[in-house]
Amino acid sequence: MTRKTRRLWLVLACVACLGTAATLILRAFSSDIVFFVTPSQVEASPPPADRTVKLGGMVVAGSVKREKHGETPVATFAVTDGQAAVTVHYEGILPDLFREGQSVVAIGTVQPPHEFMASEVLAKHDETYMPKEVAEALKKSGKWDPRFGPPPSAASWNNMTVQDANKTLSAPAAAN
Amino acid sequence: MLSPELGHYALALACVLAAVQGIIPLIGASRRDVRLMALAPGLALGQMIALGVSFLSLIYAAVTDDFSVQNIAENSAVSKPLLYKITGVWGNHEGSILLWALILGLCGAAVAAFGRNLPSALRARVIAVLGLVATGFELFCLTTSDPFARIWPAPMDGQGMNPLLQDPGLAFHPPILYTGYVGFAVPFAFAIAALMEGRVDTAWGRWVRPWAVAAWCFLTCGIAMGSWWSYYVLGWGGYWFWDPVENASLIPWLTGTALIHSAIVVEKREALKIWTVLLAIATFSFSLSGTFLVRSGILNSVHAFANDPARGVFILGLLGVVIGGSLALFAYRAPTLTAGGLFAPISREGALVLNNILLCSLCAVVLTGTMYPPFMSLLFDRTISVGKPFFDATTIPLALPLFIFMGFGPMLPWKRAQLWPVLQKLWLAAIVAALACAVAVFALSGVLAILCAAAALWVITASATDLAGRTRLFRAPVGTSIQRARMLPRAIVGTAIAHAGVGITVLGLAAMSQAQHKIVEVPIGTTEQLAGYTWTLKAVTQEPGPNYTAMVATLEVRRNGHLVTVMHPSKRSFNSQNQTTTNVAIHTNMLADLYGVLGDKHGPDANPTYVLRLHYNPLAPWMWLGALIMAFGGALSLSDRRMRVGAPQRAKPTPATVSVP
Repeated sequence: MTRKTRRLWLVLACVACLGTAATLILRAFSSDIVFFVTPSQVEASPPPADRTVKLGGMVVAGSVKREKHGETPVATFAVTDGQAAVTVHYEGILPDLFREGQSVVAIGTVQPPHEFMASEVLAKHDETYMPKEVAEALKKSGKWDPRFGPPPSAASWNNMTVQDANKTLSAPAAAN
Repeated sequence: MLSPELGHYALALACVLAAVQGIIPLIGASRRDVRLMALAPGLALGQMIALGVSFLSLIYAAVTDDFSVQNIAENSAVSKPLLYKITGVWGNHEGSILLWALILGLCGAAVAAFGRNLPSALRARVIAVLGLVATGFELFCLTTSDPFARIWPAPMDGQGMNPLLQDPGLAFHPPILYTGYVGFAVPFAFAIAALMEGRVDTAWGRWVRPWAVAAWCFLTCGIAMGSWWSYYVLGWGGYWFWDPVENASLIPWLTGTALIHSAIVVEKREALKIWTVLLAIATFSFSLSGTFLVRSGILNSVHAFANDPARGVFILGLLGVVIGGSLALFAYRAPTLTAGGLFAPISREGALVLNNILLCSLCAVVLTGTMYPPFMSLLFDRTISVGKPFFDATTIPLALPLFIFMGFGPMLPWKRAQLWPVLQKLWLAAIVAALACAVAVFALSGVLAILCAAAALWVITASATDLAGRTRLFRAPVGTSIQRARMLPRAIVGTAIAHAGVGITVLGLAAMSQAQHKIVEVPIGTTEQLAGYTWTLKAVTQEPGPNYTAMVATLEVRRNGHLVTVMHPSKRSFNSQNQTTTNVAIHTNMLADLYGVLGDKHGPDANPTYVLRLHYNPLAPWMWLGALIMAFGGALSLSDRRMRVGAPQRAKPTPATVSVP
């Protein structure tokens, strides 16, 4: 076995492995990536019903309803980014840090027309911490500008409803 | 005595000592000045002692509730139990950087203490490189994240720690994980020193390997502990979430695993030298960038820069200098390293090369999955996330061939081998794997889970076959076998055990893909069926705790009428922080975990209903048990006479004719 043939084997093995890896990655990218959507995006252009997406926003105060389907607990709540609200249905235990008026991320699918069936609901460990996606969405919707200090406290969100949000939002939106 | 000012001063002293440690021995090594080189061990020890004093001062401040120290005021409180006052020191950014520096100091001191038989120039250079890295981190600590900063006026009480973090598992997880991360600084320093000298030989491989194996053992334990913590604390029945923080520990683990294997080839056959040096650099670079980019939140959010530009720029600059500098040195010096011995594709070396290629492909996949979302959000302003489906679809098909080759790799002879005789020895393992495959088709669902289970059993049986073959078990009298087993080099036993550990972990992972769970909302006295067990909610009581009140459920689990266990899942409401935590009840018989979670209480107080989440997790403990076995195998091979760090060895490399089977 000469140095050259050894090198050839080595190169072949590397190409085979990295080629496989690249193929796997590309295949997975086309089917397994989860996009983040805001409630207003869901309203404007809902993703296909078989596509898993992440929905982020604030839980609308007073919107949480708990029901039982047989023995299975189902929680229903509305998530808003200040411009639109989407109803989320979730079978299971809501996380400890789930609160009305606080940020939340739900993973699941959008069923027509705008109902979100969550398979997982995440609220972050730290109650002052806001998931990055939610913070971005709030900034885009004009509800929070980082130049004017930290994100709004949970207390101010508690009083917020979609109508309120639309009212307060129309001003900055017009300014833009 | 141990005031925060003393700690701050000691940290500054350590920084200066580290800088001297990074410069003087390098000058000494290049001038062949023995006196200058001899300064290195003393400086390394001095730096470690200074760091130790600094760290003790911070612990002292935490234990004595000195809330005039900002770090303590923000993260501690009078009511916190003593254990968590101590462990809380490294539960925050500033303290963890100090811990990081302390472990790096310990590594330098360990090289100084155990490296007496290294050639003096090599030892001086290794210690100097560690000193340079330490200087960077101590400067970072001093300038941007000072753990000893005072505040005025001092508050009466601290803000306290997130109750979720008050857990013994999380208290000891960071030091172990950090030891793993930082431990790879030593192979890195050896790699840089070798590049400076322009010489890598079998002796270099022999010196590097124990350090790499030790770091690998710690990293393995650290990752397993983190995974176990999320399993029993977060209460979701999940054990790995593929989030950036976890991936940041997995990536150096993958390259580190490749490193401890390629270093064998350097040691035994003096081949793959350049590659091994590159792996040592890559592993430490991934450790560094992983912890600092991820833990500082930069990877998660570009806005971490906006919040604290000094810190972000310093981290990026430091990473740039360490990684860029070492890669530049590599590009400049690597061509001077001579190419090593020849070997056929089918040989032990060939198998180890294949192991490296597969591990690095896996690493590339995990890296891509971790880096893609931040890049997408930075470049295209699109928020996406990459989770379990992506990683399952990409990593498992690459890991399967790795498991298959793992079975017979250790049995191949060096240099040139025939595949057939080795495969013949593995008939038993092949039958077991085929049987497992057949059973799995019925027991498990999902092609990948079935293949993983079969591959896991293949690895375990093949490792056992390897040991049995070497001891001539069942083919010679028992006495002979015992005698042979005793004579077997511990490195070989360690290899077999670590490989079996991988098999056990994979078996656990495959079985866990079949976990069952059920969420119900029921009144007291209801009986549920899950996985052949009958779960009855007997009672729910309120119990006061030190700084919380707990709602405790009594959950009786029976199987065929026989009582299996009584579990007490609870939910704690912390009075002060307005937080609740869920305390999972887990009952294990080592073959499966019964996992009960108590959720919210609903309905009127007279007739309340409770949300219950019941899990049946088959083979769950095996995932972490396998990791412990891997680490044990690594530790066992560390205790091998030939690997021992301090064992008397010649500095002159022996010709590479060592032919240990």
